[in-house]
Amino acid sequence: MHTPVNIEANIETSWPDAIYAQFRRVGIRQVGYVPDAGHSRLIALCRDDPNIADVVLTTEEEGVGLVAGAALGGQRAALLMQSSGVGNCVNMFSLLRNCGFGCVVLVTMRGEFGEFNPWQVPMGMITDDVLRLCGFLTYRIDDPDAVGETVGAGCDMAFNGNLQVAFLLSQRLIGPKVWTR
Amino acid sequence: MLDRRDFVRQLLIGRGDLLVVPGLGSATYDVAAAGDHPLNFYLWGAMGGTAMIGLGLALARPDRRVAVLTGDGDMLMGIGSLATIGIKQPSNLVIVVLDNAHYGETGMQPSATKDGIDLVAMALACRFKHARSVSRMEEAADVRTLLHRGEGPILISARIKAEDVPRVLPLRDGHAIKQRFIDALNSVR
Repeated sequence: MHTPVNIEANIETSWPDAIYAQFRRVGIRQVGYVPDAGHSRLIALCRDDPNIADVVLTTEEEGVGLVAGAALGGQRAALLMQSSGVGNCVNMFSLLRNCGFGCVVLVTMRGEFGEFNPWQVPMGMITDDVLRLCGFLTYRIDDPDAVGETVGAGCDMAFNGNLQVAFLLSQRLIGPKVWTR
Repeated sequence: MLDRRDFVRQLLIGRGDLLVVPGLGSATYDVAAAGDHPLNFYLWGAMGGTAMIGLGLALARPDRRVAVLTGDGDMLMGIGSLATIGIKQPSNLVIVVLDNAHYGETGMQPSATKDGIDLVAMALACRFKHARSVSRMEEAADVRTLLHRGEGPILISARIKAEDVPRVLPLRDGHAIKQRFIDALNSVR
């Protein structure tokens, strides 16, 4: 018997709440997501908020259209996805660039620190580059204490400047996925 | 079978403050041909995303009616969005698929609807409140009423003739299209 190596217990009650606090501060009204274990608490917080429309997507690229539609209607939206989902969005991201829609994407990273599943690695290792090629400012976050201020600063840039900003929540921050038999 | 230009023109008669999101290619040209309007968010790309733009807009503005007008190719590429919309049940959203069963922009190659893939059945399976196909111009007035007063989400598959019609090219600068739309939306009421 041994204690699994992860820092999830601490994280689950801190950094997702810090992100949610920023969502509240900047007035996020729509949140689109394809679920990820790392985002489970943040998703629950958004779902419980009557001021936020939570939209579960069949594929992450749907979220890009959602963000654009929300902005046309005067609302700010955020997307939550796993690193694999970034690859599903590539062409649709052109909508954000072509029209200058402010957008924040919170990406939980897979395929890096302590990853059990090698199938997650090819997309995980190019996620940051793909986002930057698509025109995003990217901020990688490893330290749970830096989540709130980083997400806050990035949200301000996105919505004050109609920029596309992504936060890469590192696998070290989230804790590796725990596989049980 | 419907003439696409006549049908779209009929749908948009007396459009008032209807918000219109036309999908890339022929749908954008059809909507432009019916008369340029600041509350048209013309798409020139983002294939597969038109219905989701409609959803984001419908959720943001429940006080307004949103009409997505797009082609079968665009709808098929974003077919999962029917499920996403079905979950949220936006009562103010109507999708009109201008279905010629072909990819018109690229040389009229057949699409899935040509082989009987049924968008209406898919919309109903995704809990749309109403879905049906129309193929006669006399039905345009009914569809127009649905755009303005039908309880959504609604999907109409409009069977149009597979034919090339002259392109009518509206604004192409995405920033301009967006800002004009937002300004117009904010200036009404």
